[in-house]
Amino acid sequence: MEIAGRAPRIAQRPASRINSWRLGVIICASLLSLPVVTVFAYVFVPAGEVWVHLVDTVLMDYLINTALLATGVAVGVLAIGIPAAWIVTAYEFPGRRFFEWALLLPLAIPAYIMAYTYTGLLEFAGPVQGLLRQVAGWSAGDYRFPEIRSLWGAVAMLSLVLYPYVYMMARASFGGQSLSILEAGRVLGAGPVRVFFDVALPLARPALVTGLSLALMETLADYGTVQYFGITTFTTGIFRTWFGLNDSAAAAQLAALLMSFVFFLILLELYSRRRLRFFQTTGRYRQLERYQTHGWYSVLLFVLCLIPLTFGFLVPAGQLGIWAFSTAEESLDQRFLWLVGNSLLLASSASLLTLVLALFLGYGRRLHPTRGINFAVRLSAMGYAIPGTVIAVGVMLPFAWLDNQLDHWMRAAFGWSTGLLLSGTLVILLFAYAVRFLAVSLQSVESGLARVTPNMDDAARSLGLAPGGVLLKIHLPIMRGALFSALLLVFVDVLKELPATLILRPFNFNTLAVRAFELASDERLADSSVAALAIVAVGIVPVVLLSRAVTRSGVQHVKPAST
Amino acid sequence: MLNPLQLDGVHIAYGDTEVINGITLALTDGEIGCLLGPSGCGKTTLLRAVAGFEPLRAGCIMLQGRVISAKGYSLPPEQRGIGMVFQDFALFPHLSVNRNIEFGLRTLPKKARLARVRELLKLVSLPDVGNLFPHQLSGGQQQRIALVRALAPRPPLLLLDEPFSSMDVDLRENLAREVRRILRAEGTTALLVTHDQAEAFAMADRIAVIDRGEVRQWGTAFDLYHRPADRFVAGFIGQGVLLPVVRDAHGVLQTELGPVHGGTTGTTEGVPMEMLLRPDDVVRAEGGLPATVVGYRFRGAECLYRLRLPSEMEILYETNGREILAIGSSIRIAVQCTEPVLFMAD
Repeated sequence: MEIAGRAPRIAQRPASRINSWRLGVIICASLLSLPVVTVFAYVFVPAGEVWVHLVDTVLMDYLINTALLATGVAVGVLAIGIPAAWIVTAYEFPGRRFFEWALLLPLAIPAYIMAYTYTGLLEFAGPVQGLLRQVAGWSAGDYRFPEIRSLWGAVAMLSLVLYPYVYMMARASFGGQSLSILEAGRVLGAGPVRVFFDVALPLARPALVTGLSLALMETLADYGTVQYFGITTFTTGIFRTWFGLNDSAAAAQLAALLMSFVFFLILLELYSRRRLRFFQTTGRYRQLERYQTHGWYSVLLFVLCLIPLTFGFLVPAGQLGIWAFSTAEESLDQRFLWLVGNSLLLASSASLLTLVLALFLGYGRRLHPTRGINFAVRLSAMGYAIPGTVIAVGVMLPFAWLDNQLDHWMRAAFGWSTGLLLSGTLVILLFAYAVRFLAVSLQSVESGLARVTPNMDDAARSLGLAPGGVLLKIHLPIMRGALFSALLLVFVDVLKELPATLILRPFNFNTLAVRAFELASDERLADSSVAALAIVAVGIVPVVLLSRAVTRSGVQHVKPAST
Repeated sequence: MLNPLQLDGVHIAYGDTEVINGITLALTDGEIGCLLGPSGCGKTTLLRAVAGFEPLRAGCIMLQGRVISAKGYSLPPEQRGIGMVFQDFALFPHLSVNRNIEFGLRTLPKKARLARVRELLKLVSLPDVGNLFPHQLSGGQQQRIALVRALAPRPPLLLLDEPFSSMDVDLRENLAREVRRILRAEGTTALLVTHDQAEAFAMADRIAVIDRGEVRQWGTAFDLYHRPADRFVAGFIGQGVLLPVVRDAHGVLQTELGPVHGGTTGTTEGVPMEMLLRPDDVVRAEGGLPATVVGYRFRGAECLYRLRLPSEMEILYETNGREILAIGSSIRIAVQCTEPVLFMAD
């Protein structure tokens, strides 16, 4: 293995030397940034008829709906995430330790699954309205019930599953704030409410912005929810333009526009992370003395924490469980096993592929920490912020071109057609996953690598171990945990991924996520529940790991910083 | 007998930047040497070159008479058998203290290995920490474990890279003496890198003062302080000022503070020169030059004053800590110096 031969040579070398590892990193990074570059290149393609048509008709709708959705979700996640974080950090009440990690659980449910579960619950024939009619004795037309399949419904769904990003960052910030600052507030006579508004909240601002920008990236990336609720946003627009109007150029131009919003969020996140460093007042993490609560006050706090957990996890998971129980017999057939097999195959090969790439890039950066390498690695890790729909478009265009070239050439040279050699197979899908999820893997790998200080390499070598031995005896054992979590996180992300899979999967190739979404779109909500429940169950695993890490260290990033 | 370590005209460069510019020095058996210099002077680079982590551009490094580094040749670090203690200790976090120390002893049978580990732990007065993990130890304990891990294979040479820089200041000198005791007990030849004079003085037999990749002086602490080879060493080691001085027709050095006798070799009458004036070269004298106290630093056992001479020049003067001079007060002083250190004036 090439890594083995080189890893431990940390010594800086003359900058001019050309090195195959460095070259590899550059090539790798160029490939991984190909989709983003492709999409942006379409900004310079002259606008076609379809684009003009889009501008005249729906573009304004896309902009307004996307803006409303983002604004609504921003308000929603902050309104849920901040109070929840403050309550579990500052107060002592029965159940606090449980809520501390359980409040992260909604992250396990993909927004589109949330969306159709609630639709099933709240529709006219659903259990809620049924109960309402029974209790109140109403019949149809006697009452007005808010329509869940609306923009505000989508805001609610996305807020419920995305607030953990804000919750997590806020909690880390509240917990990591210098004890003396908060105690100074208390000594000066401020109660918990005033300490919160005057001290803790202002100090947490950069952390909140980071959490918020992560939640908004997910919002912009969402396809399943808005499609299911029939809201026209950029992601659904890209789909429609690509498949409905058959204009890939216009779709790419829409994607480029969406991506520029994402870039704004990336910059916002980078900026606030940078400020975060200055706001970290102490390296040492000590828990501040919690305010003791009694009686009704404790009950109130308990209920406040229970609300987001109930609506964000217990209700949808429970409903899925009920449906799954009632349909399990028909659903758990041969076909379902195929779905599981396909999903496992995709998720495990994608997570392995990403891990290898992340190791390659991570070691590359460690061995040659030059500006060029840093930039290349950063560029290839950018995909985590880019919506799956955009990545799909950016992957499809160059692959289709390549396939055509190959086909032409093969026909000219050998007289037979290769067809869609790459873009019609799993290769393109795996590539798209690598682009989208590399950052997840890379962050784990780099945090693992950071635990191996360069001096440990040197120490091992001065004690008589050859480079290969250093890798086996020092790096591997220290990084084992990080490598495992890199595999796991990508595995789960791939399992949940919807839009890129929908666009890029080979004909008739189905996964759990795709099947669940298709059945739900056909109004067969109950039938889709087994697949959906499987996704949620797997999704819980990383959430539990994450919450353990959060409880242990105080500060933890869900998603990698782009640095 | 062959020197454990010999550097001959060592040059090291990153790209076009020369970091080490022709350094030659040798350590005798059991000697503790020190590379002392301001940060960025190249001392750590030189140490890493001895360990085998930096290639040489020219010159050579010899370990017990055998060339281990030369231009275009570098014996891999793992084959050198040189011990090294790192600034951040670099203990392996996934291995217990015992396993850390055993790491370099793989060629020994298990029994001998354990015996050696026990012996070393006793040497550093930590006999009971063998089964703990590095993060369970205090900084000072980690430091000692890092030291014995490097000493375990009985290396012919031990390198220490700023080994006390992460310690509390008040711990440093004690630790430095403790490390010196351990190195003596093991009879190890060692080379230490530091930017802290007190550390160097406490540990080393001989010190190389390094500036911009060159050795300015290689000598004992006493020599560096009292016989600095050039202005840089004079300024870097200890405290003092440079006092203008001129040799008169009678071969006496004349200063503002009066005549200084002796040490005029190599001087020419009438040529302006400068003399290194340490605080302890200045004494109170009836009928001496009046000087005004303009500042002081109380350091417990002694007190360091800044005095202003009539020429506006400021010099340093030391008293014992019980004698307090008020700022603004005037005292009469003279020079008492038998072996003046002179430099040509700029």
